[in-house]
Amino acid sequence: MGIDFQPDKPIYQQLIDRLAGEIIRGLRKPGDKLPSVREYAVETGVNANTIQRVYRKMEQMNIAESRRGQGTFVTEDTGKLHELREKMKETYIHSFVQDMSDLGFTLEEMSEGLAHYQEGEQDD
Amino acid sequence: MIEARQLTKRFWKKKAVDGIDLHLEPGRIYGIIGENGSGKSTIMKLLAGLLHPSNGSISLNGEPVTRKSASQIAFMTDSTRFFPYFKIKELVDFYDSQFEDFNREKAWDILAFLSLDGDQKLSHLSKGNLGRAKLAVTVAREAPYLLLDEPLSGLDPMVRESIVKGIIQFVDFEHQSLLITTHEIRDVEPLLDEVIIIHQGKKYAQQSVDNIRTNHHLDVESWLKQNMQ
Repeated sequence: MGIDFQPDKPIYQQLIDRLAGEIIRGLRKPGDKLPSVREYAVETGVNANTIQRVYRKMEQMNIAESRRGQGTFVTEDTGKLHELREKMKETYIHSFVQDMSDLGFTLEEMSEGLAHYQEGEQDD
Repeated sequence: MIEARQLTKRFWKKKAVDGIDLHLEPGRIYGIIGENGSGKSTIMKLLAGLLHPSNGSISLNGEPVTRKSASQIAFMTDSTRFFPYFKIKELVDFYDSQFEDFNREKAWDILAFLSLDGDQKLSHLSKGNLGRAKLAVTVAREAPYLLLDEPLSGLDPMVRESIVKGIIQFVDFEHQSLLITTHEIRDVEPLLDEVIIIHQGKKYAQQSVDNIRTNHHLDVESWLKQNMQ
């Protein structure tokens, strides 16, 4: 089908993450029009009710806005988009730290590891 | 709204459907999930008014469902014997003559979307193309309720994908409710709002897909496996 969804999270949540990721990476820019509900439904293989929910939630998160009769757009409020980027960073760090702690690593070992990782990256 | 109370259908002594309560709201997409022989198809035929319940009742917007309810319910059979003597364009003409809510233009749009041409004879179609043709004429009806019986059964993955996309593209979810039976949940899960699980003629559960994923962190198929054992 359109997208392979992970089993452990609601589909609408995965679509919000996907669109938010595209906005953060700059694939969708401030003020860009999002696909119509029907278009995005067909593209992702998901029902239109779910896409409507995705757009409504994104409006509530202030990262999208709907304009009467025109559709839904990425917000032009770059402050909000910056907030989104920071929030995403926190989410990923949180889950990284969680996984590492479960394996028995201390925060110190993690930051040492990250510094070491960064050196390795620069050598390449 | 379609409402069934204690719906029961007996064939001889065997209960194919056994005391099912259903409450189907407008604008939602329901999947009736169950193994072969669980009673799914019988439920669909009862809801479409094609079979008469042995016990219990079904109503459509408060009126009892009868064969005349066909004007508000578009039913797609899972039978592979489907007007074999017609060409696709004759099938379109026939549906147009039978159903007031049939939208010819939409039928041709769907047929084009699914890459079917009107001069092909139904008896000469592959299983996949016959499935597409049945879907096209059913979804071209602007009926408030669409009932699709096993639209994906026995079809290869590409055909299944094109059928799911055809449904998303052409069903008017603001004005139509959709009911799909299937035993292949994985393909239709992203399409569904709710699943109704049927097991040996009884309703085992009815849940929204989002709730299953939020509360159990599982997709519907894994959730079912965990619960049915």
